[in-house]
Amino acid sequence: MPYSDEQIKELEQKAKKIRRLIVQMITKAGSGHPGGSLSSTDLITCLYFAKFRHRPQDPKWPGRDRFHMSKGHCCPLWYAILAENGYFNINELWNLRKMGSILQGHPDWRTPGVDIASGSLGQGLSIALGMSLAEKMDNGNYRIYCLLGDGEIQEGQVWEAAMAASHYKCDNLCAILDYNGYQIDGKISEIMGLEPVVDKWQAFGWHTIKINGHDIRQILQAFDQAEKMKGKPSIIIAQTIKGKGVSFMENVVDFHGRAPTAEEGKTALEELK
Amino acid sequence: MSKMMMARDVYGETLLELGCEDRNIVVLDADLSGSTRTAKFSKVFPERFFNMGVAEQNLIGTAGGLAICGKTVFVSTFAIFASGRAWDQVRNTIVYNKLNVKIVATHAGLTVGPDGASHQAIEDMALMRVLPDMVVMVPCDGPQTKDIIRAAAAYTGPVYIRMGRPKVPTIEGKPGFQMGKAEILREGKDISIIACGTMVKKSLDAAGFLAGENKQAQVINMHTIKPIDKQAIINCAGKTKKIVVCEEHMITGGLASAVSEVLSEFAPVLMERIGVRNKFGQSGNPDNLLKKYNLTTEDIVKACHKLL
Repeated sequence: MPYSDEQIKELEQKAKKIRRLIVQMITKAGSGHPGGSLSSTDLITCLYFAKFRHRPQDPKWPGRDRFHMSKGHCCPLWYAILAENGYFNINELWNLRKMGSILQGHPDWRTPGVDIASGSLGQGLSIALGMSLAEKMDNGNYRIYCLLGDGEIQEGQVWEAAMAASHYKCDNLCAILDYNGYQIDGKISEIMGLEPVVDKWQAFGWHTIKINGHDIRQILQAFDQAEKMKGKPSIIIAQTIKGKGVSFMENVVDFHGRAPTAEEGKTALEELK
Repeated sequence: MSKMMMARDVYGETLLELGCEDRNIVVLDADLSGSTRTAKFSKVFPERFFNMGVAEQNLIGTAGGLAICGKTVFVSTFAIFASGRAWDQVRNTIVYNKLNVKIVATHAGLTVGPDGASHQAIEDMALMRVLPDMVVMVPCDGPQTKDIIRAAAAYTGPVYIRMGRPKVPTIEGKPGFQMGKAEILREGKDISIIACGTMVKKSLDAAGFLAGENKQAQVINMHTIKPIDKQAIINCAGKTKKIVVCEEHMITGGLASAVSEVLSEFAPVLMERIGVRNKFGQSGNPDNLLKKYNLTTEDIVKACHKLL
């Protein structure tokens, strides 16, 4: 499907707005995970604002597409997107990580638009697989998307699920790998290398689509390609930059799980104008 | 001689009945469908059965995904894998989200026998009982297995059901099953024996022996470990002042712990515990293992003597 320059521009602007919300939320909360939220912002913005079939006023609508954020620590991104879609009042974002808030430190059922909790890494692809099997059984006519972190796929359960999803020919399932190259302790390649990551997924029977995870057009085309693929699940392997959009956070592992100070938050918002 | 049945045989048959009655029931197994008896369901309803291979973490996670899409999911594997290998998945995917998943674990306890310690789950009740709002049930015989499986299907939310490998004798004259309600199988004023699973029949035998000594033991089948029937325990304490708890499980974390938690808070009385004491199991035939680990009728009698 061809996408107009105007549509691309609009999504870029939307992603910038989401990034601003992420920075504001985490700064205000005083803790959280900016690095991975910012690296997958373009991917999930494109998904929710260009591809996703859903009804924010009816979050449990049975025909909705499913999204599961397996790398749950990046939920500020998800919350910002849900709020922008009207799932809840945008002011809720300022209660992130507070006691009694509908926006927990890791996603759970308190949040309208979140089906199921995540946070313990490696479990999400299995959940998405279960959703995929249910869709096939019910001819539900919806698609299932699952966001994985690159550090996360060091978990063995991910590969159990990968094996099963191709065994059961889950072509309604599209995984998205946010390959930003960093995990908490440092560079992926130094902590526990993943390469050759494309070959690994292919060997497990998946259709792989490698893209630049900050190129809106490439992202949209990848989702389209995944949807067309029959007989096997697809994974979009997106090369991204951790902390994307804020110069002093980009590729700085410290910002995996540290909130910006008030001063840093201000500077970041200047950059994201 | 009472009828002997394998709980898992009854499970397989009941699952098939439920599958006929309710199209919403989906069954998952992890390469043990022959042993857990889910194979019976799989042959009749292949489109509603998924064998996930030797991958228990994914087994539980996939069950969660199906449940969130509205399915009633029965998941089976051996107790050691369901409760141990996949504990984090049970906690974070199933129980935290209050999903409608029934984990039916077979081959629990020492009576797995020759397979040895690696396969003898004697910690599973502890691991499952600690999870908020998890329902934990243990049938004492074949017919009760059917009651429990049906009760689990009718209940909305996560359930763990524990059953053993070998045949167990049917206990006649039980009252009608009710989840969370202890069954008084025999009345007595001198001592209470509270048991679950395979130890219920042995407790009745012990009470029979004690009757010959003019001691009246009452026997309680505590088929629901969680939520535990507090009132039944308090009543036992009030009536007999002495309690023996019997389980084919570690004496820590399981039924004995659940009972002692209630007693220490509401009605402290002396109690004895029959169970595995801070040890792993080993290979052997089930009866010899039960002797070796002091889980026999004689051991229950001895424990009662200690208190009487």
